[in-house]
Amino acid sequence: MPFKFRKRESVSRKAVLLVPLLSFAVSLLFGAIMLILSGADPVVTYLAMFGGAFGSTHGLSEVLVKSIPLILTGLSVAIAFRMRFWNIGAEGQLTMGAVAATGAALFWSQGWPSWTIMPLSIAAGCIAGGLWAGVPAILKATLNVDETLTTLMLNYVAVLYSEHLYYVTWRAPGRNSGTERIPQVAWLSRFLGRAHTGIFFGLALALVLWLIFRYTRWGFELKIIGSNATAARYMGINIARNIILTLLISGAISGLAGAVEVLGLTRSLQQGISVGYGYTAIIIAWMAQLDPLGVIFVAFLMAALLVGGDQIQMRMRLPASVGIVLQAMLLIPMLAGGLFRDYSLHWERPPKTDGVAGSMQADGMEAGGAED
Amino acid sequence: MTDGIRPLTVSAPVLRMRGITKRFPGVLANDRIDLDLYRGEVLALLGENGAGKSTLMNVLAGLYRPDAGTILLGETHVEIDSPRDAAELGIGMVHQNFMLVPTMTVAQNIVLGMPDLPIVPDLEEIHRQIEALSNRYGLLVDPQAYIWQLSVGEQQRVEILKLLYRGADILILDEPTAVLTPQEIEELGHVLAAVQAEGKSIIFITHKMGEVIAFSDRVCVLRQGRVVATKRTAETNPRELARLMVGREVLFQIEKAPADPGETLLVLRHVCADNDKGLPALRQLSLVVRRGEILGIAGVAGNGQRELAEVITGLRDIKTGEILINGRDRTSSSPLQMIESGVGHIPADRMGMGTVGNMAVADNLAMKSYRSPPLAEYGILRREKILRFARSLIEAFGISTPTPQTPVKFLSGGNIQKTILAREIDACASLLVAVYPSRGLDVGATEAVRRRLLEQRDAGRAVLLISEDLDELLTVADRIAVLYEGRVMGIVPTASADVETVGLLMSGSEAAELDGVTSAPSTVGAF
Repeated sequence: MPFKFRKRESVSRKAVLLVPLLSFAVSLLFGAIMLILSGADPVVTYLAMFGGAFGSTHGLSEVLVKSIPLILTGLSVAIAFRMRFWNIGAEGQLTMGAVAATGAALFWSQGWPSWTIMPLSIAAGCIAGGLWAGVPAILKATLNVDETLTTLMLNYVAVLYSEHLYYVTWRAPGRNSGTERIPQVAWLSRFLGRAHTGIFFGLALALVLWLIFRYTRWGFELKIIGSNATAARYMGINIARNIILTLLISGAISGLAGAVEVLGLTRSLQQGISVGYGYTAIIIAWMAQLDPLGVIFVAFLMAALLVGGDQIQMRMRLPASVGIVLQAMLLIPMLAGGLFRDYSLHWERPPKTDGVAGSMQADGMEAGGAED
Repeated sequence: MTDGIRPLTVSAPVLRMRGITKRFPGVLANDRIDLDLYRGEVLALLGENGAGKSTLMNVLAGLYRPDAGTILLGETHVEIDSPRDAAELGIGMVHQNFMLVPTMTVAQNIVLGMPDLPIVPDLEEIHRQIEALSNRYGLLVDPQAYIWQLSVGEQQRVEILKLLYRGADILILDEPTAVLTPQEIEELGHVLAAVQAEGKSIIFITHKMGEVIAFSDRVCVLRQGRVVATKRTAETNPRELARLMVGREVLFQIEKAPADPGETLLVLRHVCADNDKGLPALRQLSLVVRRGEILGIAGVAGNGQRELAEVITGLRDIKTGEILINGRDRTSSSPLQMIESGVGHIPADRMGMGTVGNMAVADNLAMKSYRSPPLAEYGILRREKILRFARSLIEAFGISTPTPQTPVKFLSGGNIQKTILAREIDACASLLVAVYPSRGLDVGATEAVRRRLLEQRDAGRAVLLISEDLDELLTVADRIAVLYEGRVMGIVPTASADVETVGLLMSGSEAAELDGVTSAPSTVGAF
C-alpha cells in the first residue's frame, strides 16, 4: 500500500482549522449525492436548511431550544469520557431528571414556600440523574461491571418508567397522556420565542468544568486516570472513588438537562422528553474532543442541523426519512475527519533503486552520502 | 569504510545494507547505515539505547520501511515490506517481547501463520520435525507443551525454533540474554554455535560488553544512528567498545563506600500473595531492609519480583503475613498510604505505569507531590510553582527535554527513566523500591541511575533493588537476596558473593547446600 497513515507528532494549528472545514465540504458533497438520488436540488435544499435554522427568529429560537439539552448532556458525557468511563446513559439520566423535576414541582413540594419550588425541582433533577449514573458507577468501581451495558440498559428502564408515569400514574385527568402543568413559579423564563434561561446553566457549567479540568487537583487526577489508569493507581489516586464522584456529577448534569426541559420548555412530563439528546450527546462530546467549551460550539451546530433537517421536510416536501438520512450523511465525514487531526496521510513512493546500487560497487564509499 | 574488516573466510557478504536511513518525528534513528553480514558469522550490534539498533533490525525484518537506502541479499536487491517478506527471504527476528500465543502449544505457535500450511496440518509430522530440529541445535523443548507452561528461557527457544523451522538463514536476536539466568545464557551460547556451524548467520543486538566478547565474531558499534566502528571481536576489548559506544571513557567500577546500615526500615514477615492469574506468587516471603543499605533482589524474571515490589508499594493485596515500615504496621495499605509512608517506587514498566505518556514532563514530575503545598493549595494547582519545581528537577537530574511542557513520550528511554527517578527520589523519604531501574538503558544512563541509588543509600534511606543483571547487583547492592518461585532462597553479602553461587540459587538450589550463604528465615529471625 503506497498510502500510509502516520501519527502526527503534534496537532498542528493548520490541521485543527482545516480538517473540520474540509470534512464539512465532504459532508455537503455526500449529502448532495443523496439528495440528487432522491430527486431534490442540493443547493436549494441546503439553502432551505440554513434558512430554516438561522433565517428567522423562530428558527434561531428552535436552534437554541435544542442546543440547551445538547450542551448539558454533551458536558455530561464529556466529563465521564474524560476518565474513559463510557457513560452512554445520558438519555436515561436526562429522563430521570425530568421525572424527578416534575415530581418535585407537582407533588413533593407541597407545603414548601412557593419560591423554593424551582430550586427544589432542579435539585431533584440533578439528584435523580446523579443516582441513575451512580448505580453503574458503583457497579463498575466495586465489581468491575461493564458500564456500557449498564448505562445503556438503564436508559430503557428510565424511558419506560417515565412513560408509565405520564400515561398512568401521573396522567392529568382528561388528557390521554402527560401530567398536569407544573406551577408557574417553577417555570424558567423564556426569551426569543421558546428559548429559555436553561441555556445559562449550560454556558456556566461549561466554563466551570473547563476551569476545573485545567486548574484543579481533581482535574489533574481525572486527566491521569483517563490517560493511563495503571499509572494513576501507581500515583496513589483512588480510582474507584473518582469513578463514583465523576459519574455522580456526570449524571447530575444530564439530570439537570431533563429538569430544565421540563421547567423551561414542556412544563409538564409528557411525550417528547426523550428524543435522543443523550445519544446525540455522545457524538457532540467526541466532536468537541471532550473539551467543555468545544461542547457549546458543537452542540449549537448540531442543534442547527437538527432544526434545519426538520425544516426541509416541511419546506421541500421531502419525506421525513430523507431529513434524517441527510443529517447522518453530514455527520459521518465530520466524525471521520477527526482521524486526520491525529494522523496524516502520506503517499510513499518506492525508494529509487538505481544510483545507490551503482555506488555499491566501489567498496569503501559512503553510500548515499551525497544525498543529503 | 563500509568494510575495512573482512571475516576469516574471504567471501561475498550474504547481506548488505547500504545507506539505510530512517527518520521518526524529531529523531534521525538511522543515518546512512551500512552493514555487511557474512555466512556463518555472529555479528554483535552494539549500542546505547536510542542508538538505532532495533530500528535498523526492524527495517531488516520488514517492520519498518527505510526512508532511504537499499538492502542486497547476495547480489539481488530486495524490498522487505513485511515480516512475511522477510521470512520468505530467510530472515527472521526474535523480538525482545516474545510473539507467542500462550494458550497454544509450542508446535502450533511454530507453524502459526506459515503461508503454505495445509488446512488440516499433520501435527504428528510437525512434532517430529520440531523434535529433530530441537536435537540438532540443542534447543530442548517439548513441542506439545503449552506456551504458558514454559519458562521465559524456554519461550525464547521456541522463538528461535520458529525461525529455524521456517528455514531462516539470517537470525536476528534482540537483546536475547536480558531474560536469562547465567546458566541459560551459557546454553544460548551453545545454540548460537550450533546454528552458526550450519552456515547460518546471526545478528544479535546487545549493550552488554561481556556478551559481545563471548559470542560474536564481529561487532558493529552504533552511536546516535550512525555506525561508529566495525571490528573483529578478537581484535578489540570491552574498554574500547564501551568508549566507541558512549563516545567517551567509561568507568566500569562505581566507587562505593562500605555500607553503614542503621535501623530496620522495611520488614516483610511470611508474606503470601497471588499473581494476576490468582496463582501463588509470593510464598511465605520474609526479608528485612535497613536504612543505609541496598538490598538486591536477584532471580529470573517471573519468580515473584513484580509482585514483591507491588506488595511493598501497596499496589497488590497480600493474603497472609505482615509488612512493617519504620516499625509501623503497613499491612494492606493503599498505594497512597505507602507513598505517604515515604516509599518511592521505580516501576519496571516505565511507560505503562511509571509515566503518563501524553502528559508533560513537568506534570509527570509533579505526579507524586501535586497533592500538597506548594504545588497545590486548596485543591487548585499552582501551575507556575509546578513549572519551577519541574525545572529544578530537570536540572538536578540532567533530564534532556526540549521543554518542561513536552509530552514525556517524546523523550528517550533514558530520559524517561530519569524523569521517574527524579520524581520518586524527590518524593521518597525512607524507602526506594527500584525495579529493573537500568534495564534497556545505555551505559551513561545506567551509571547515573546506579549513582543515584547509592546516593540514596548514603543519605540514610533504604533501597530495595530488584534487578535481573547480576553485574548490577554485585556492583550496587550490599546484600543480595535470591528469589525463586516466590521464596527467598538465600541471602548473600555482596562482598563474598560470586556469580556462580547466585546463579545456582536463582535456579532453585537450596542455600543450605552452598557455602557462605545464609538461608533467609534465619536472617529474619534475628529481628
